[in-house]
Amino acid sequence: MRPVRFNINKKPVNLTDSVMMADMPPGHSGEGFFATQLSHVVGLARKNSIWPLPFATSCCGIEFMATMASHYDLARFGSERLGFSPRQCDLLMVMGTISKKMAPVLKQVYLQMAEPRWVLSVGACASSGGIFDTYSVLQGIDQVIPVDVYVPGCPPRPEGIIDGILKIQNIIQNEDVRRRSSPVYQKLMQEYNIQ
Amino acid sequence: MVITNDELQKQLEEKFGADILTFVKPSDRLSCIAPKSYNLKILQLLFDHYNFKFLNDLTAVHYPDNIGGELAVVYHISNLQDKVYFRLTVFTSIGEPDVFTATQLFSAANWMERETYDFFGVQFIGHPNLKRILNVEEMTYYPMRKEYPLEDQTRKDKDDQMFGR
Ligand code: SF4
Repeated sequence: MRPVRFNINKKPVNLTDSVMMADMPPGHSGEGFFATQLSHVVGLARKNSIWPLPFATSCCGIEFMATMASHYDLARFGSERLGFSPRQCDLLMVMGTISKKMAPVLKQVYLQMAEPRWVLSVGACASSGGIFDTYSVLQGIDQVIPVDVYVPGCPPRPEGIIDGILKIQNIIQNEDVRRRSSPVYQKLMQEYNIQ
Repeated sequence: MVITNDELQKQLEEKFGADILTFVKPSDRLSCIAPKSYNLKILQLLFDHYNFKFLNDLTAVHYPDNIGGELAVVYHISNLQDKVYFRLTVFTSIGEPDVFTATQLFSAANWMERETYDFFGVQFIGHPNLKRILNVEEMTYYPMRKEYPLEDQTRKDKDDQMFGR
């Protein structure tokens, strides 16, 4: 008989160590009040309430479905609700092979999203064309839209996708509220011909 | 009456002359190589008299070494009632890749000829709407021709040393 090797040395549940709490932003507190910068509060709020727009075109999309399902559960990170309307969403998750014919569609979806918007490129295909180094496939979505975080892998495991989301959260939290009107950002948008 | 391959071959040879048709039979499917101006006549005859009413596939093959007949246009047709299959190949030169369209005979040829045009650049004379169907419209070449490498030529970030090419 196959020996049972799993879960015989059960770890005691330790809630104080395994539950992650959001850190307080730096500020002054006293009895009954807490004073901090508005941008910290905005960053904290945005970070923990991302609405992702999944743009899943192939195999990496399957991995994303696992990420959303009960086992990995992206909702733990504040992304409970997926939006399927670009107007409502602030994180475009591109997962899968984007063919050259699909590129204008992807760009239009990006344009339809309201600022502030972030882009997560999941998998080798979305990031670089992946194994499809061929005439019909876009060699990386950063040829048409700016990307904030790349997740490598073919496909990346759900942990990888979650790690990408956490990196995005990090960017969101630490981003200056006025970054979008900065010259650097404007220049980046100019490069992609986006007003 | 179920028509056999041998009978079919005999009928076609009688009708068009044995010297212009080449028959091969690599499997249980009869294959015929014909001059390109005969493609519609043969298809029409098979359609009208031998009940070959279904176009399974239409595609092209590029043989760069076959000078004067670099592009082969291949028709797969079947007689679904008698379960007989037939394959017709016509060769055309790449400099003048003009072949008559089969859209009048098979509606299915419309889509497939557009695809064949898209990938091999075969000009189907008389096709109602011969333009690219799968690739981006701005594409200036026919990607399945063998002079075009498979890799995307627009990439500059791939180091041949690293990728073993
Ligand atoms: S990176 Fe791999 S798994 Fe992901 S879409 Fe491309 S081929 Fe599929």
